[in-house]
Amino acid sequence: MSEDYVEGPKGLERLRGLGGVQLAFVIALLAVAVAFPVLFPSPVATNYGVYALIFVAVASAWNVFSGFSGYISLGHAVFFGSGAYTLGIAARDWHVTGVGVFALLPLAAVAGALIAVPFGLVALRVRRHTFIVITIAVFFIFQLMAYNFSFTGGSTGLDAPFLPWAAQTYNNPFYYIALACAAGTIALAWLIRRSRFGLQLRAIRDDEDRARGLGVHAMRVKLTAFVLSGAITGLVGAVWFFYLTQVQPPSGFDPLFDLSVVLMAFLGGLGTVSGPVLGALIIEPGQLYLTANTNGYVSEILLGSLFLVAVLLVPRGIIPTGGEYIRRLTTRGRAAIPAAVPAAPPQPSDPAHVPEARG
Amino acid sequence: MAREIYQAIVDGILVGGVYALMAVGLTLIFGVLDIINIAQGAMVILGAYLSYELAARLHLDLFLGLLVTVPAMFVIGVVIQWAFIRPLRGRERTSMTLLVSYAVALIIEGILYEAFGADDRQLTASYVTSSVHVFGFYLSYIYLYGFALALALIAALYILLYRTKFGRSVRATMQDETAARLVGININRVAAVTYGIGVAVTAAGGMVFGATNAFDPNSGYDLISRLLAIVILGGLGSIGGALAASIFMLTLESLVDIWQPTWAIVVFYAALVLVLLIRPTGFLGRKAVRAQ
Repeated sequence: MSEDYVEGPKGLERLRGLGGVQLAFVIALLAVAVAFPVLFPSPVATNYGVYALIFVAVASAWNVFSGFSGYISLGHAVFFGSGAYTLGIAARDWHVTGVGVFALLPLAAVAGALIAVPFGLVALRVRRHTFIVITIAVFFIFQLMAYNFSFTGGSTGLDAPFLPWAAQTYNNPFYYIALACAAGTIALAWLIRRSRFGLQLRAIRDDEDRARGLGVHAMRVKLTAFVLSGAITGLVGAVWFFYLTQVQPPSGFDPLFDLSVVLMAFLGGLGTVSGPVLGALIIEPGQLYLTANTNGYVSEILLGSLFLVAVLLVPRGIIPTGGEYIRRLTTRGRAAIPAAVPAAPPQPSDPAHVPEARG
Repeated sequence: MAREIYQAIVDGILVGGVYALMAVGLTLIFGVLDIINIAQGAMVILGAYLSYELAARLHLDLFLGLLVTVPAMFVIGVVIQWAFIRPLRGRERTSMTLLVSYAVALIIEGILYEAFGADDRQLTASYVTSSVHVFGFYLSYIYLYGFALALALIAALYILLYRTKFGRSVRATMQDETAARLVGININRVAAVTYGIGVAVTAAGGMVFGATNAFDPNSGYDLISRLLAIVILGGLGSIGGALAASIFMLTLESLVDIWQPTWAIVVFYAALVLVLLIRPTGFLGRKAVRAQ
């Protein structure tokens, strides 16, 4: 629970929230990530890297809204696909070619944010269950629009501008762009989680009515998180589009995309900063490997089964369950001393931490 | 023009009956277990494939085949509930069950692909292709039979829920699980049987769907999104609401289809969003409960 909100530090002082060991770990991880294309220069390896990082970014962005607020969105492909389509249309209509297309990337984030505002205003008015279903409905509306409008290219979709790069190193620029997106999103998630805003989001997750009673502007907070999350997802969708060089309605607006992202966040640990990252790093390469080495249906069956097993064995996700296990080991069965962190919420009031209580 | 509109309304009502057959299971499972069963779409398709196999191998009549597929799907439902849904507890339970059912849907879809391939199938029988001419309308027999089946099954569900001891314990569980447990109701049994019934009903829905539409293992996605829209519109947990919403939505869709075939399905979801803006609980929904 070291990630909980502590009032006080501002600016760079915030970095002190990371312990020395954690900071060293993050720097080491970043160094490995930066060195990866040098260590494994083959396009096959970097291809895995690009996809993994794209999903690290998307799963973290999803988590900033859904993980922190408890409103599970099964419609983030709306932002992902819209980001891809926005840049496809912009590049085509403005005749942007070559490396210049990357200057358009902010446009995808703007598109994601602009879509998130009305989407959120409608969807966030209802109960959590209904919210999930509305996100699915909006998702299908977008997929159908992509099929049926003429400016989206119908079922043939759109092609990205050609990039005159050598095949051997083609993936590398994408790898570093995806890495920047992923690192930026993780940093943002970390800052949000430690901020007053993050605390308000989690208060909404725990008990929305009570949070409202304590003065949280629930709608404003939820919508802000939703817009942020949508903007990032749109941006990453555009990167994905340039990398894949094409988008069609079923690939841009893909129901499996939504499921995968949610799986990643749940497997790693919903609402933690590192959980979705870990989940994405496990699931996305695994999925790529299975799709490449089996027929697609077997990978579907395995993905579903993996998830069922994960839910039964680590229902709260790897990070929270693993963290607790390590703490039990280091304290040798004695209770950890929660009083050392004054701002930590009392655990027993939180039903998720005492799952046996509902028996 | 007027003739087309009347025909569209009649079609919409009949097709709505078929959708109601698929949606009641979803709404029942939600009402009792608080689960949005995403796998319902895949289960409809599974039911359709089961009917297909029975008809192809044993030359069993589609409606007679239901005597086999409905109990089979009931067992599948009870097993899924027992193995994957009952163990889930705690605050994230609703989201977890949603994802578990999504995973189940994936597995069903993958297995169907392995077993049957990606080709389109459709159930055939003498009454699928023929139609009757009544009051100037052409009514397909399969839709008439399907509609009758839907009404019969929904009536049976009503009797089960409101006239039997089991139904009383189901309704008690819907109202307050803890209190129901305290008065001695076996919650686990109620949950398992309800889930089984909800899945079993879809076998019937799947048969009629498979006879009126071409389907492949992937058809579940489009279906589940429509069913969810119907169930939310009708009010989660309300069987009458599911019937009303099915007929309303499908009539609307077939009316729009006269002028704008490509956008008919969008109207479906747009109607959902609009209705929820005015009435967040749907047509016949219960009041939002505090502390979800």
